Amino acid sequence: MSTADAGTTAAGALLRLGLVGSPNSGKTTLFNALTGMRARVGNYPGVTVERREGRCTVEGREIVVIDLPGAYSLDPISPDEEIVSRVLDGELDAAPDALMMVADACSLERSLLVLGQLLAREVPSCLVVTMLDELHARGGRLDLERLEAALGVPVFGVVGHRGIGMAAVREALTQPERWSHPPIPPPLPPLERAAWADSVAAAVIERRPAHHALTEKIDSVVLHPVAGTLLFAAVMVTFFQLIFAWATPAMDAIDAGVGMAAVATRTALPAGLLTDFLADGLIAGVGSVVIFLPQIVLLFTLLALLEDIGYMARAAFLVDRVMGRIGLEGRSFVALLSSYACAVPGIMATRTIPSPRNRLVTILVAPLMTCSARLPVYALLIGAFVPARNVWGPFGLQGLVLLGLYLMGAIAALCVAALLKRTVLRGQSLPFYMELPSYRLPPFRLLVAQVSERAGAFLRRAGTIILAVSIVLWCLLTFPRSEPPASASAPEAARSALENSFAGRAGVAIEPLIAPLGFDWKIGVGLLASLAAREVIVATLAQIYAASDEETSLRAAIRADVDPDTGAPVFTPGTVAALLVFFVFALQCMSTLAIMRRETGTWRWPAFAFGYLLVLAWTASFAAQRLVSALV
Amino acid sequence: MSAPDRSPNESRSNALRLTDLPLGAAAEVVSVDPGSPASGRLLDLGFTPGTKVLGVRRAPLGDPVVYELRGMRLCLRRTEASRVRVHRV
Repeated sequence: MSTADAGTTAAGALLRLGLVGSPNSGKTTLFNALTGMRARVGNYPGVTVERREGRCTVEGREIVVIDLPGAYSLDPISPDEEIVSRVLDGELDAAPDALMMVADACSLERSLLVLGQLLAREVPSCLVVTMLDELHARGGRLDLERLEAALGVPVFGVVGHRGIGMAAVREALTQPERWSHPPIPPPLPPLERAAWADSVAAAVIERRPAHHALTEKIDSVVLHPVAGTLLFAAVMVTFFQLIFAWATPAMDAIDAGVGMAAVATRTALPAGLLTDFLADGLIAGVGSVVIFLPQIVLLFTLLALLEDIGYMARAAFLVDRVMGRIGLEGRSFVALLSSYACAVPGIMATRTIPSPRNRLVTILVAPLMTCSARLPVYALLIGAFVPARNVWGPFGLQGLVLLGLYLMGAIAALCVAALLKRTVLRGQSLPFYMELPSYRLPPFRLLVAQVSERAGAFLRRAGTIILAVSIVLWCLLTFPRSEPPASASAPEAARSALENSFAGRAGVAIEPLIAPLGFDWKIGVGLLASLAAREVIVATLAQIYAASDEETSLRAAIRADVDPDTGAPVFTPGTVAALLVFFVFALQCMSTLAIMRRETGTWRWPAFAFGYLLVLAWTASFAAQRLVSALV
Repeated sequence: MSAPDRSPNESRSNALRLTDLPLGAAAEVVSVDPGSPASGRLLDLGFTPGTKVLGVRRAPLGDPVVYELRGMRLCLRRTEASRVRVHRV
């Protein structure tokens, strides 16, 4: 660890290399260039919220590259920065044997302050200056040799995303023990460190880069009081419109494919328990969730684009005042917007929020943002029960209902956040500051890699959790097998078999609790199953209805379902409204609860979130049921 | 972290708060008011005496404001920016 014993490390031994630097310095791009592994590259300061490791081998020497979150200082105030100093102290893992410091050539000045702190730790270090191409394009000039002399450590200039200069960096990694080190480490007190940084900057910056002309131009529109606000609204509306409009053809194709697969299974195999299991359990269950892959891919693509281009930070800047009223900050907005894809990455994105209280509040309300797992439920119910008629121009009633559900979640999130900040989590806020990065077009390859990583995670979930739930559910819905009365017709027999199954009994057992909401035992089974993940209710209903009638689609089946005693439809407008509203609020997602536990370090907060959201869901659902029943 | 208060009282009284600096006007940091968690962080971000700073843009709702310093654009809320004393250059 210290320079004294570094020389004893044999070449060929495993080297742990820490990548450190201020946010947005091109660290993650460098990480990718070194390891070939695809990590997330973001333009929103501090997007590297997870500690990521990758491996590479240089001339037989194996190197573990640790990509650390961006930090403005080693005196941590955010959880992100705390990770950096804890890793450097060797508290989280073995401390890195060597540090590769990263600085953006265009803003070397501000990076020098944290570089001073890093050099003072006296670990073998080198500096990689990134984005030299942008520096030159903006007419700036740096003397890297002088920088090397001034810092006392090896300095390399690279253009990370094109691999220029990477050969020298790689070669240096074979022998970090031989790296030069500063004769006297830079001073630590802030004012003296700043003076040191200023003197280094004066010596090495030959010509300052001009302003990023494009960024200035774009910002004069994007951040303009009128144009910027309109654009912000337009971006948000387009965002949702694209997700629904563009995904439809692909979704229809998948739907048709799943239907064909089920039919093919039934024709290829003899009728029996196994065939039922494959067609109703496996294919219907998993297929009903995989159908949302196109929307999820689009959602993640748009979010990653907005973030990598640099718009997210601007959006956070525009709405910071509003968030400030609630007691939160612009960065909470970005975390909440990410939660539209999924609360899990949204909750992880809160690590860039310095204030622990604000962070906790953001985590607690993130599940209220309408995540992509709710889409299957909304799409099913709206598609089945809301008439597709145009209301105003291109906007249809179905879209408006959907928008309304999204808004309901968002407004509830803001209200709950304001309430929490004024009660349970009252307290002084930490300083707010946020960097606005230059606009950049993210490399296409990396965008694809990011999106496929997320889409892969979704499919794995469909392939594991949802597959497992589908199998268990099919068993619970099928066993114990009961003999229906001989006089019963086929649908009646199927119904009675279902009701007597394990799942049916559980649904019947909770019926008194959900009856006020207008839900019958079948919806109850769906709700119980959806505690694992929201979209599972669709797979569950698909199985329940396929078990009683395999000819019709789920949409048609729930529309046609009637109460056997009264003959009234099960899904009345009031019930549909109540069910939709229930899903707006309830926290039915094991992954979210698990990530909350991980991020808050206790089960207390996930339990609190689950409890308050369940109460909210039941109450709002009850109100919606009454209101809609009275109106329609 | 040491309190940054090097400026003599008279130059301090001439100094503006960063929040009072009009947009587009260049200024130099004189000091950062000590005594809040923000103070240390403002120094770490580079608001050290002698640093040139420029107010660039105000958010549509009036807060925060984007400042330019040390080659970066940083936005600060009024609460934090008012702790930075500057004089116009």
